[in-house]
Amino acid sequence: MDFPVFHLDFLGNRMLVAGIAVLHVFVNHPFAVGAMPLVAALEWSGWRRGDAGWDRLAYRILTVCFVVTTTVGALTGVGIWFATSLVNPAAIGSLIRVFFFAWFAEWLVFVTEVLCIMAYYLTWKPMAGRKGLHVALGAALAVASWVTMAIITAILGFMMDPGSWLERTSFLSGVFNPIYLPQLAFRTPLAMVAAGLLALFLAYFFTRGDDDLRRRAVRWLSLWSLAWLAPAAAGALWYWRAIPAWMAGNLPVALGTQRFAAWYDQLLVVLGVMVAAVLLTTLAGALLPRRLPRVALLVPFALTLVLLGSFERVREFIRKPYVVGEYMYANGVRVADLPLLKEEGILRHSAWARVRDITDANRPAAGAEVFRLACTRCHTASGVNSVFDRLTGLYGAGDWDRETVKYYLLGMHTARPYMPPFPGTDVEAGALADYLVTAQRSHEPVPGAQDVGLDGPAPAGGEV
Amino acid sequence: MDPMPIPRDFLLPLPAAEGDLELALVVLFLAHILLVNLMLGGALLTLAAEVRGLTRPAYDRLARTIAATVTVNKSLAVVLGVGPLLAINALYGLWFYTANALTGRAWILLVPLIASAFLLLYLHKYTWDALAGRKGLHLAIGAAGTLLLLAAPLVFLANVNLMLFPGRWGEVRGFLSAVALANVLPRYLHFLLASLAVAALFLAGWLCRRGFDFAAELPGLDRVAVKRELLGVALGATAAQLLAGPLVLLTLPPHGLSWLLLGNLAVAIAFAAAALVLLWRESGIEGPLGPRFWLVVVLLGGTVGLMGLGRHLYREQALTPHRELVAAHTADFRAASLGAEMRLAAGTPRLGPGETAASPGEKIFRASCMACHDVETKRVGPPLREIAGIYAGNPDGLIAWVKAPGRKRAGYPEMPPITMQPPQYEAVAAYILDEVFATPSESG
Repeated sequence: MDFPVFHLDFLGNRMLVAGIAVLHVFVNHPFAVGAMPLVAALEWSGWRRGDAGWDRLAYRILTVCFVVTTTVGALTGVGIWFATSLVNPAAIGSLIRVFFFAWFAEWLVFVTEVLCIMAYYLTWKPMAGRKGLHVALGAALAVASWVTMAIITAILGFMMDPGSWLERTSFLSGVFNPIYLPQLAFRTPLAMVAAGLLALFLAYFFTRGDDDLRRRAVRWLSLWSLAWLAPAAAGALWYWRAIPAWMAGNLPVALGTQRFAAWYDQLLVVLGVMVAAVLLTTLAGALLPRRLPRVALLVPFALTLVLLGSFERVREFIRKPYVVGEYMYANGVRVADLPLLKEEGILRHSAWARVRDITDANRPAAGAEVFRLACTRCHTASGVNSVFDRLTGLYGAGDWDRETVKYYLLGMHTARPYMPPFPGTDVEAGALADYLVTAQRSHEPVPGAQDVGLDGPAPAGGEV
Repeated sequence: MDPMPIPRDFLLPLPAAEGDLELALVVLFLAHILLVNLMLGGALLTLAAEVRGLTRPAYDRLARTIAATVTVNKSLAVVLGVGPLLAINALYGLWFYTANALTGRAWILLVPLIASAFLLLYLHKYTWDALAGRKGLHLAIGAAGTLLLLAAPLVFLANVNLMLFPGRWGEVRGFLSAVALANVLPRYLHFLLASLAVAALFLAGWLCRRGFDFAAELPGLDRVAVKRELLGVALGATAAQLLAGPLVLLTLPPHGLSWLLLGNLAVAIAFAAAALVLLWRESGIEGPLGPRFWLVVVLLGGTVGLMGLGRHLYREQALTPHRELVAAHTADFRAASLGAEMRLAAGTPRLGPGETAASPGEKIFRASCMACHDVETKRVGPPLREIAGIYAGNPDGLIAWVKAPGRKRAGYPEMPPITMQPPQYEAVAAYILDEVFATPSESG
């Protein structure tokens, strides 16, 4: 990272990216990628049978999707860029240099998608006399929505496993990384299932007072979701197998958190129960739509959101210690630069470091600076994933021994494969240990460049 | 701390020729900013028309018609923003991200800010009938959405401004101090006036277009009168640029100025002046929209295009010195990094101050074991003295344990399995069992 260090010491930076990204997936998969083909199919089905109530239901579902995707969906999509440019500019800037044309193509499709959804939604009533053309417009929109996701999935796959790009560094070798197609094969049907469950949830509100319509809609939407559930399971299996072995080792911590890693098996069971619940509800909806209690329509959608959220968390976590597999560590340090930083130090090679030389007088302050540069992409001092909490877990609440901490820092990546190696000299590791030991009790929050710029108050334990 | 930070740039090549990226940036940005102008100006004119509708109900219909254009224009404004954002990320990533970080809170607040603005504008649009009896509330919703929208350009301006002044990066303390830097506020004023002018011109053309049944769609309003009012808004806003423009120029820090830029601006101003005269004459005419209107559109389009080019010329001029420093520093860093990689591959990394040469086994011990094991005292696990006693003469037993620690003893946490290459196991076992007690202990 050779940028001013943006840092949120309470929530943590990862939470910022994760919050926006998960919200985006919550909107994108059910409300766009899955919903657009679903609504077009609904509209077509109503048109074929000349069913005005059915057409109205499709329009109402689309209204919700239109409002949500053109506000929260569009802005969180751009927001992922905004957040990553704050939290890990080194990573996003590198990705843009590799994937410029993929993103550019995605943008062109995205423009098409927005034009299509404007046209599709705003002409629903004016084009009531030309339904065939209007349904075709919906189909075009469905394709555009899917293509934008298909392109971005290539980039997400690349971040997990760049494959042959590391040797060839060509655009195409980056796009067709080993995880791309499996992940796409999983995401596509998952989005369809999620859209079906969303529509079930919405149908609960939009069919009030029309039991017949409700019964038929519940059956149709349940069948839609069921039909996509099997491909989703197959895609999940393929994706699971494509995850590199070194990454799969991270799965227990990824699914839970470090503290709950031991609950891995139980968590898998919980996820299995959730899938089963979705399966049962949709089966019941398809076979006995009259019997299905109304509240039951709300549950599967909520469950899907939880599933989607944990899927994204796992994807984010298991690629550690890298942010771009085998090219850049999570803290923005290029793998290739590690030897130099270990020889000459991270302070010396950071334009924004407030301390350059370590003396006996400034060791804790210099260590705090090392902490800001090397650790704060994932750790805070006082908040989520606090470095002090992690060390307390290791060494207890008593006074820590500086040497112990120092040697832990130098070797942590061997015992904890998700940690990147310490990117500095032994002296810097010692200074960082001094800072950690000095601030062990205070947990003084570390300020970010967004608040204090280059200046800021001296960190605990010394003068800057 | 350095007075002007000279960071290293990305160590990957640009994705396309620099000139092509610059062209893409200038053209795509103009498309984006025109839609932003239409969105923001449209939102303001919607509110103005709705307020007028309180006394002349026919204007309430006009407000709804304008609001319908904002629905489309706002989504296009966002989606068209992604292209230039991509281009600026590729071309000026180092400078842009630095500005983003230094104004981080405001920068990330853009996401909920604009999303909320859009939601409020939808609420405003879709409750027009439901809230017909509570106009105050309805206007307040529209005004809240518009106010939020008005805040967004200020954040963007603060960023694209700050990225041009690496010499001032050291003074910035958060978003507000970035707003106070150089000429953000004059540029903001310039931009707001442009938004009003662009939206008013667009609406004049839109409402007077062929195929739009004005009398049926906007009963109670006179097409010519509405046209004259809208052109009057465009005229007034553009005339006010005669004040705002020089203010922007005078407050512009000089390090980005060049004769080319000033020549470019002179032509742009000449276009704008000609457009003003034509606009003044067109707005006085008691008839439908004439061909003069289109000439105004072309002239002002030219002005906007030249201004966009001028922005780029200024940016290039302003950044060149810093960019050269960064390029030189980046080249040095790349060479140093390669050197260190090669020394490591050759097994001769440089030692830092205070470090001593260590045997291979000791290096591995320091990296992989020392966090938990001290030589003489209990750290997390037992001390080496004890381990060496148990495995004396049995390195294979020690290695087997390290690979798969099988049992636990009371008072000690479980040791994780340690994975390394076979020779490394042997080296570290040799260090623990033979070397460490052959020399005086260094650990403290």
